[in-house]
Amino acid sequence: MALKKVKGTLERVLDKNLQDLVRGIRNHKENESKYIAECIDEIKQELKQDNLAIKANAVNKLAYLQMLGYDISWAAFNIIEVMSSTKFTFKRVGYLAASQCFHDGTDVLMLTTNMIRKEFVNSDMSSVNTYDAGVALSGLSCFITSDLARDLANDIMTLMTSSKPYLRKKAVLIMYKVFLQFPEALRPAFPRLKEKLEDPDPGVQSAAVNVICELARKNPKNYLSLAPLFFKLMTTSTNNWVLIKIIKLFGALTPLEPRLGKKLIEPLTNLIHSTSAMSLLYECINTVIAGIPNHSASIQLCVQKLRILIEDSDQNLKYLGLLAMSRILATHPKSVQGHKDLILQCLDDKDESIRLRALDLLYGMVTKKNLMEIVKKLMVHMDKAEGSHYRDELLSKIVQICSQSNYQFVTNFEWYVSILVELTRMESTRHGGLIAAQMLDVAIRVQAIRHFAVSQMAILLENSHLLANNSQRNGICEVLYAAAWICGEFSEHLKNPQQTLEAMLRPKLTSLPGHIQSIYVQNLLKLYCKVLRRLEDEKDEDSLAQVHTTLQEKLPIFVQSGDLEVQERACSMLALVKYVIKIREKGVSVGDELAQLYAGELNPVAAKAQRKVPVPEGLDLDAWINQPESDSSEEEGEIMGVGFFSTVGSEEHRSSYQVESMRNTPEPTPEEMDKRREARRVEQEHNPHYLKDEGRGKKSRKGNNDVSGIPVAAIDLSVPLHVPGLSSSDKYMQLDDTKPEGRSRKEGKGHKKGKKKRRKGKHSESEEDDVEQLHAVSTVYDAPEGVDNSDKEDDDNKDPYKMLDMNLDAPLRDDEALPVRTHRIVLDDGHPEGAKAATEDKHKKKHKKDKDKKEKKKSKKEKKKRSKSESHEENGPSLLLATGGEEGEEAAAVNNMEEMPEENQVHENNTEKGDDLDFWLSGNDAAVQKQGAGDVSANGSANVEENGGAAAARTVPTVKVSAAEVVLTTDEEDHMHMDAEEKPKKKKDKKSKKEKEKKEKKKKKSKEKRSEYIEPEGITTPSKENLPPSQVPTPMEVKLPPMSSYRLLAENSSVKLTYEVRINHQRSNQIVVSIVFANLTSHTLKDLEFNVLDTLNTKLVRGMGHSNSDAVKVPFTLPAGTQNEGQFAFGVEEITAPQKLRGTLTYILKSADGSSHEKVDFKINLPCSSYLLTLPCKSEDFADLLGSGDLTAKSSINVAVEAVPLSHILARLSFFLHLRVVEQVGDSASLFSRSIQDHPVCLLLKMSNGELTVDGKSTDNSFLSNILEDVRIVCSETTAPVS
Amino acid sequence: MIKAILVFNNHGKPRVLKFYQFYPEDLQQQIVRETFHLVSKRDDNVCNFLEGGTLIGGSDFKLIYRHYATLYFVFCVDSSESELGILDLIQVFVETLDKCFENVCELDLIFHMDKVHYILGELVMGGMVLETNMTEIITRIEEQAKLEKQEAGISAAPARAVSAVKEMNIPQKFKDIKLPDLPSIGNLKF
Repeated sequence: MALKKVKGTLERVLDKNLQDLVRGIRNHKENESKYIAECIDEIKQELKQDNLAIKANAVNKLAYLQMLGYDISWAAFNIIEVMSSTKFTFKRVGYLAASQCFHDGTDVLMLTTNMIRKEFVNSDMSSVNTYDAGVALSGLSCFITSDLARDLANDIMTLMTSSKPYLRKKAVLIMYKVFLQFPEALRPAFPRLKEKLEDPDPGVQSAAVNVICELARKNPKNYLSLAPLFFKLMTTSTNNWVLIKIIKLFGALTPLEPRLGKKLIEPLTNLIHSTSAMSLLYECINTVIAGIPNHSASIQLCVQKLRILIEDSDQNLKYLGLLAMSRILATHPKSVQGHKDLILQCLDDKDESIRLRALDLLYGMVTKKNLMEIVKKLMVHMDKAEGSHYRDELLSKIVQICSQSNYQFVTNFEWYVSILVELTRMESTRHGGLIAAQMLDVAIRVQAIRHFAVSQMAILLENSHLLANNSQRNGICEVLYAAAWICGEFSEHLKNPQQTLEAMLRPKLTSLPGHIQSIYVQNLLKLYCKVLRRLEDEKDEDSLAQVHTTLQEKLPIFVQSGDLEVQERACSMLALVKYVIKIREKGVSVGDELAQLYAGELNPVAAKAQRKVPVPEGLDLDAWINQPESDSSEEEGEIMGVGFFSTVGSEEHRSSYQVESMRNTPEPTPEEMDKRREARRVEQEHNPHYLKDEGRGKKSRKGNNDVSGIPVAAIDLSVPLHVPGLSSSDKYMQLDDTKPEGRSRKEGKGHKKGKKKRRKGKHSESEEDDVEQLHAVSTVYDAPEGVDNSDKEDDDNKDPYKMLDMNLDAPLRDDEALPVRTHRIVLDDGHPEGAKAATEDKHKKKHKKDKDKKEKKKSKKEKKKRSKSESHEENGPSLLLATGGEEGEEAAAVNNMEEMPEENQVHENNTEKGDDLDFWLSGNDAAVQKQGAGDVSANGSANVEENGGAAAARTVPTVKVSAAEVVLTTDEEDHMHMDAEEKPKKKKDKKSKKEKEKKEKKKKKSKEKRSEYIEPEGITTPSKENLPPSQVPTPMEVKLPPMSSYRLLAENSSVKLTYEVRINHQRSNQIVVSIVFANLTSHTLKDLEFNVLDTLNTKLVRGMGHSNSDAVKVPFTLPAGTQNEGQFAFGVEEITAPQKLRGTLTYILKSADGSSHEKVDFKINLPCSSYLLTLPCKSEDFADLLGSGDLTAKSSINVAVEAVPLSHILARLSFFLHLRVVEQVGDSASLFSRSIQDHPVCLLLKMSNGELTVDGKSTDNSFLSNILEDVRIVCSETTAPVS
Repeated sequence: MIKAILVFNNHGKPRVLKFYQFYPEDLQQQIVRETFHLVSKRDDNVCNFLEGGTLIGGSDFKLIYRHYATLYFVFCVDSSESELGILDLIQVFVETLDKCFENVCELDLIFHMDKVHYILGELVMGGMVLETNMTEIITRIEEQAKLEKQEAGISAAPARAVSAVKEMNIPQKFKDIKLPDLPSIGNLKF
């Protein structure tokens, strides 16, 4: 047995390996496929062997054959066998083959799930296993399906925390593929992915950046909250790859958050100036263009840099420069136009890619003045261009730049028509349809040009055989469609209708595509009607007879057409002609009646008009109107005529001109037609959904074509044209050059004498260049009423990326865990896989729990506090509402809180996130760096410290109230911001506040009644009068006189205002003035409006859309005898000097005998000390700070104080001035504070002989002296304690 | 995202194909042909970016390529990749190949397609750039090669012997093969 095996192995040694196969193929160049077929047979034999080495060899060869285009999916099972080998070498071969040929439809893929999982689970065991798992990950990334993604997501998540950076990196990267296949994984996995952004290994970090950038590219708004983190990465990372990705990401984010753009300007411009890496420079420029298009200085810088790129000899840079330039073009056309020379130069570049990019830019370069010149240049290029792709591109660009914004830049339509005609000379273009559409559009919408257009089209028709010849090869014959239609529809402009008629009857035409032939026949009929009428009028029977003969002779060739529609139309026409001949033999003239067939003027139909006709109420489009067996009436046919005659493939040519094809109902007698037309007219008039064409259509429907009213230039075509029939556009160039003023253009030229009437005054040209447009472009479109012209298409494409559009900041719900495969677990504890899965699950949950725990701790603390204070509750005044039922309300609040902690956390988390970003965006850079780019925990811990745990240690988040400006913020313990919908949270907060307040209440005996309050946008109201933060941590045990930081603001007979200034901890440029409005009357005060005269330095934040003189509405009314508090945020620039603000409060006093409008003036004092933050400072830090030499400003004062203990003074200082005692030794003490704009203030107090010496140090002299002034005032006000 | 990486020679013969999105084999070949057609008619001194591939990609996609001696390296990428970055990546890829094969030439790619795939796998995974640091890439590749050697051990000895015998003929055979000049990549200017 063993011998046999050895023998087998030895034989196999002589098998071909991959190299042999390659060599063999190369040696059999003549009969390669035969040789490969042999090899495949061999491989099949090898795959039947038991030996895995042989199988692996075979699979390896298959992978090579796959590259040559051979299907190897039949070996899928063998590939899986090789993948499952224990040897790394074979495994790798297997995974390679799998990654090359497996896909969604491979049915054996499900067999890989457990195999791959095993690799993942063992990945940490040895280095072999690491690479096993690595190979599995690489393979999986190529053939992952939604089933695999679902089943393996959890295992990949575990790998993301592997100890091996190599695996972490791959696991992070593959998560993107998992998300695409299994979007539900995104939310559970996102926190970990975010974590990986700060992984110590640069590779992992880069992978995480990569994944998030891919995700954010599709749904940027969900990733806005990561901006601070990315910003930090951007400023710290040195890896250009990562930088490029991040900068690209910012390019996607900034359009959503303008403040981000502002923040980015500086680092980006720095990078632009400093980097030597072109790739980085280029991406920076791109992001500036995308994100900060309004910052013209940056844009200017970009344009400059781009010019350098474009001028570079490196073609790649040139290409990219042009590419970026075209993006700037969208927002700053002017800046780009300055570089027109350069761009035109690029049009001559030998590189097609570059020429194409330059073409894109041309779009924005044209003006009325240079359009002809540019188009001429393009035409020259077109003649020279060899590649049809480039030529097509040129052609469509010419049409695009001419037709852009409703032919804005075309001053002379004769020139444009000539250009279009010239374009028809281009060989093998696929844009025939485009040219045709333009011809039709221009002819229909520019009435004045019709005569010229028709003459040109007639010439085209004369020469149609030239175009028709090679109709099979190219699309240019499409222009004949337009030519025929224009000649037919506007046949009154034809110089020689009979000749055109004959031209349209040439036998050669049968080689044209069917839809063009049918247009020919249709327009033959139109033309015939016209000719008939004219000849009848002229009584030219001979010519008429001739026409009839020609028609009868030539029409049958169309009748024999293979195209049904051509045949049908030709038949109808032939019958009509015969009928006319018969009638005319009786001596009746029918010309007038026939002319009625095509009387009236056509408007173009908006492309989407049909789709946008609203379905009237009660109309069921699916229901039968008549039972199906009956023939649908003619009338119906007409109404539903869309697509009635359209054949496959011709639709696009008609879409806008369907009306025309509807008119093709054959053979009604003129009488019938008249009747029907009348009926339809009546119907249309009564149908509200039918477009009533004001002014234009009405007059002509009835056939009184006032053609004469249309200004028409009669063109003397005796002037020979270069090419038979084709006018040259060049003459318009010269024309344009020679004429001094567009107005007198015709007179000077010999070949264009005519009665061209220019509609003076009708042109409202507001262009900077005074080139006048010679023709008016009609913009009338037929479209149903009430249709908006927006091009919005509601396409409901199933986009896999849409599935990934989810809120990533909201915490996970319980049901959102990644699926752990439990159904495979046998109920046996020893089962390794089950156990493993379970532990993983636990592991994961733990992670989640940790987060929850923090929150819970908080609430626990509060609960404790509540129970302590519960006993006092009865005595406490109601804080919640001014109603009587406080207790009930209270209980409800408690319940509420207990019931829904989960939800509270949800909100809290949410707000914290938004807040975070907000803070980051508003903060200055220094603060960002110091705070670790918006690190909440840093913030939070600071607060905890500060409060020393005495009061409820809560980080109260601010809520972003409205989109941008009005962000009113709060102090930690002071008050809350609440959104109206965040009811539960509100209650909870009130609750905790209440407890706290209660404690303090005992100390402080102020009583206040509250009336109900509303919380409108932009203004917050606290639930209770608040204590300044400084009181809580004051470590004094001395009895203090009652202190209130509320100062009187204004008072009159009816209202009293007191105010307090609060710091916004999160904004360096904002303070909040909290004003208590007390109603002293027995009437209601309403319509309170608060207004302040802004100073240069300090401005009231009024919210969006208000000018800086508007009053701010106080969001409550004051019933008799009540008071309420409103807060107003002020933006401050400079804080080193005290500010005084004058303001007025107006209100309406509503008494029984009517109401009166009153006002009260006030002055808000903002001393420098109101900008101080209470921050903890250790004595060592304090010493360091003093010794650091940063504090350059020094000052000192002496205040006389009598018999007041130092502790007392300190208490007052810390209360009123937000200073904080660092140390107190005997009769001296040190105090510290920091301003919102980061000026440190260090004070040293010494008490001796009833005199207090205060030495201060800070970074700003004037700030310090102002603070010291405040200190003096506070100290001198201090009186002996009341004991 | 990178949608595909194609390596083919001056005659359009595929040497390494890696598609990060499934295409059936015949379509793959068609894509190679089309791409070759687009790329081959471009001079060496024009830019390395190309639009207009109809089979692969769409408006958002670009072909970014480099031409080294007899080989074209073409990456089809979407707009989330930096154009110049990808050019650098191609350079890293080729330099890595050069290090691993010691003066790489087309023949190395022809006979060791599998190895090229393994190397590529360390740079790009599932269409996303995995690693750009060449030392790291080479360390990983060498470690894996070591593993392979260990595993081969004694059992593979006869196979190795046989292949050694086969290899002896190679120089002779190479002389028979008419190939264009294959200058090593190191000597080329990029």
